Amino acid sequence: MIKTEYQNHVLTAYISGEIDHDSAAKIRARIDGAAQSVKPRVLCMDFSGVSFMDSSGVGLVMGRYRQMKLLGGALRVINVSDRVYRIFAMSGLEGLGVLQ
Amino acid sequence: MKIINEMKLSFPSESKNEAFARSVITAFVLCLDPTVSELSDLKTAVSEAVTNSIVHGYRHTEGMIYISAKIRGDGRVTVKIRDKGCGIADVKKAMEPLFTTAPEEERAGLGFAVMQSFCDRVKVKSEPEKGTSVTLEKFFNHVDC
Repeated sequence: MIKTEYQNHVLTAYISGEIDHDSAAKIRARIDGAAQSVKPRVLCMDFSGVSFMDSSGVGLVMGRYRQMKLLGGALRVINVSDRVYRIFAMSGLEGLGVLQ
Repeated sequence: MKIINEMKLSFPSESKNEAFARSVITAFVLCLDPTVSELSDLKTAVSEAVTNSIVHGYRHTEGMIYISAKIRGDGRVTVKIRDKGCGIADVKKAMEPLFTTAPEEERAGLGFAVMQSFCDRVKVKSEPEKGTSVTLEKFFNHVDC
């Protein structure tokens, strides 16, 4: 469901499987735990393994954006499929400049 | 139009059942030979409605969620998701994009907006202290049932 890797001040979270309200809570706990521990300059959320996402994924990304702001770092969201992007676009997430 | 298949399902308002509900709906409409996009649209909308029942309808309590679904001969699929939770006082307000009563739980307030975007029609009926029912309607192009 999630694997994290820390290298050169970048914490990468490889998310796989389905993101819904249930799994988002577990993914959030794993990412926040790792981020608190290593205090990265950049948190990179890699969505390449995500097979399904509902709007819970928007809350997950928005929450990590705020967390990284508090830690003085930045968020990047990469490898987003067209379907996932469609939901992100509805939220205005594009305006934050985190989607790549 | 004639109903060619129908089903009913009920389950407790536990978040692990969001994936269960999606799986059942997927299996139910597979006979229509849906495209990946059609299937994903319906799964996403159902996931949003079930999550609303769990997070908002039965907030801090537990109850049952009831789903009934029908496939009609013209490829029209209707899915009704119903709870007996706290209900919605102002449905119009609740359906506004980005409106949420649970921002501390990182809810984006996009549930109804996603349902409306991914389905052809969304009907919401709600009464405070009685519960909410959401009816999703989507047309599928391939009819082989």
